[in-house]
Amino acid sequence: MKSLILIGTLIIFNIISVYNQSNIYKSKKSLVTFFSKAPLEDIEAKNEKAISLLNVNNNEIVVRIPIKQFMFRNKLMEEHFNENYMESERFPYATFKGKINEKVDFSNPGNLNISATGILNVHGVNKKRTLNGVLTVIDSEIQLKTKFDILLADHKISIPRLVFNKIAEQIEVNTFFSYSTQVKQ
Amino acid sequence: MKIIITIILFGFHSLVFAQDDLMKMATDSNETQVKNSTFKATRIINGHSVETVGKNNMDFKISHRFDQINRGFSDFFGLDAATNRLGLEYGLSNGVMIGIGRSSYEKNYDFFGKYRLMRQSTGRNSYPVSISAFTGYSLRTVKSTPELSASDRSSYTGQLLVAKKFGELFSLQLSPTIIYRNRPDKLNDAKSVLATGIGGRVKITKRTSINGEYNYVFPGQINEDYSNNLSFSYDIETGGHVFQLLFTNSFGMVERQFITETEGSWANGDIHFGFNITRTFSFDKRVKK
Repeated sequence: MKSLILIGTLIIFNIISVYNQSNIYKSKKSLVTFFSKAPLEDIEAKNEKAISLLNVNNNEIVVRIPIKQFMFRNKLMEEHFNENYMESERFPYATFKGKINEKVDFSNPGNLNISATGILNVHGVNKKRTLNGVLTVIDSEIQLKTKFDILLADHKISIPRLVFNKIAEQIEVNTFFSYSTQVKQ
Repeated sequence: MKIIITIILFGFHSLVFAQDDLMKMATDSNETQVKNSTFKATRIINGHSVETVGKNNMDFKISHRFDQINRGFSDFFGLDAATNRLGLEYGLSNGVMIGIGRSSYEKNYDFFGKYRLMRQSTGRNSYPVSISAFTGYSLRTVKSTPELSASDRSSYTGQLLVAKKFGELFSLQLSPTIIYRNRPDKLNDAKSVLATGIGGRVKITKRTSINGEYNYVFPGQINEDYSNNLSFSYDIETGGHVFQLLFTNSFGMVERQFITETEGSWANGDIHFGFNITRTFSFDKRVKK
């Protein structure tokens, strides 16, 4: 009986310790797009399935983007992107894990230029990056917009020799996250 | 005993703390991961694959079948003569496509639709295989004596395409088929013919694969002069095109022609070289101007 109580207490304590994190915000809406000018047909795609979490206590931020959820206008190009460039079966996610460098008062409404330094993982290759963005606080909602470039060579993404539509060496990525749901209290 | 339990639980406890990591929390319980590219084109070689054209995408298909290789040097191993099929395929949604085609062989017109019933996927919606349903109508317009009515020149095809991708490199498809010909060319042939296709794809590099396809007609339905269709191809994909270089024993490229009326036999060397070229165009909205 005693051990049961002990077990029960521990389990409850475990659960509480995991979920009692009101300082963590999760993205409710997200949009990640990228764009590359190409001679015949511009290469562009959007992804609405990315997830980001923001810890307003210690400025920690993470982003996780499922590669297969990038939607292209041309489905053959989408397959090409998954199979030949990103190898999404082997590397299903692109991630960023970092910290916001500036001191931010997340309860103070307004726009703020921020930067975050951390590890960007694309195609299974880590790269230390500092990404710039604009943080907007609107009452209970936090929005974050970023724009940055990815150099394919940085992430060992090779461009096949025989392709119909050559992709640029550098891809412009735009992200938007709207955080509002606090992770369960 | 109690101590052990306590230790284990404390162990779990610290484990949970260790997982107190933002990245581990950034998961989506609703996520479904679909297996893409079971086959590269909407055809394995001759027969339809489980794949459909993407939404608002249009595929333009140019297919050629040259004459038999065993024609020898005087006919340049069959390259002197060829039949072709031109086709257009359009994706109404990511799961529904329609298409039309015109073959020079028998001056045949074909119309078809394909509908995805399920996609092989893992995650929240998990399915072990991909299944598509195919239905087609074809009309011969070549002049014949005696002249035949349109209904006598018509045939209908129904197929269930069941495919599975094993890992990254190997895909397999089974295609139970029924073909109904209002008027078979041979007197004793069955009007409705049951068959099954089996096809596979083995990826060799990121962008190339070897495909094989065999269409087995259950015995006693068609004349012994006909053979079952067997084909092999080498596929190259370039992001906008799919090239299929192939060898087959059939001149025709429509279900009635290659499943129920294949005249060539591999054993006799009646092999046709040919190719399918697919070019994809998109009419979908731009992401950004």
